[in-house]
Amino acid sequence: MADVNRGNRPLSPHLTIYRLPITAITSILTRITGNALLVAALMTVWWFLAAASGPEYYEFANGVITSWFGDLVMALSVLGLWYHTLAGVRHLIWDQVIALDIKTAESLSWVVVIGSAALTVLTWIIMLVA
Amino acid sequence: MAYLTPRKRATGMGSAKSGVAHFWNMKVSSIGLLILVPLFVFTFGPALGSSYEEMVAYYQHPFPAIVAILTLGVGFMHFKNGFQVLIEDYVHGAAGQYSIIAMNCLCYAAAATGIFSIIRIAL
Repeated sequence: MADVNRGNRPLSPHLTIYRLPITAITSILTRITGNALLVAALMTVWWFLAAASGPEYYEFANGVITSWFGDLVMALSVLGLWYHTLAGVRHLIWDQVIALDIKTAESLSWVVVIGSAALTVLTWIIMLVA
Repeated sequence: MAYLTPRKRATGMGSAKSGVAHFWNMKVSSIGLLILVPLFVFTFGPALGSSYEEMVAYYQHPFPAIVAILTLGVGFMHFKNGFQVLIEDYVHGAAGQYSIIAMNCLCYAAAATGIFSIIRIAL
């Protein structure tokens, strides 16, 4: 591309100009939630490692993960996990070359957003009852 | 060289030939996780915060232990491949390669640590 003379021509409007449509927001959130889940995954591994190391270290790790800060991380991670799961299902649907038209894609975006919030609330209700 | 168009330069170079395998790997592991993640959330969740004795007794049952082992194994491999795509999209050159290698090391280490720990509690 280096030999193409682009001169000083104006650039097309890009991310900083457009108001992102819901499909774009839900798309980038899939990537963000997926990668952010590393934090909860490593905390989970740490919990199991501590559990295998003996009672004292288990009490410490378990205390950290169930502290208010640990609960906050886990609560947000449950939301991220359900979001990424539903968004992943949407990709599996799209892979079958169905539901790709704009209207359906936009409705599915809202299904992912509202569905993950609902599943998060449901999960926490079940956890508190159990 | 200066007269070659970008199209002419790319023609015949082919793809890296491994894209389909990566896509398929993500697809298979995502379907696996679709089954494993709900099972893991509702077995691991209640165990969080329990006393040491309760936790040991719980993870000595085969079902929660096997679910946890599979979720960590499949989950970290899915994460490793997903992270690779993130880096390939946004970070280029040596920094990108180092990040992918580092994350590969971390994912295998975390999966191995988690699985070893669960087996140790369970047996």
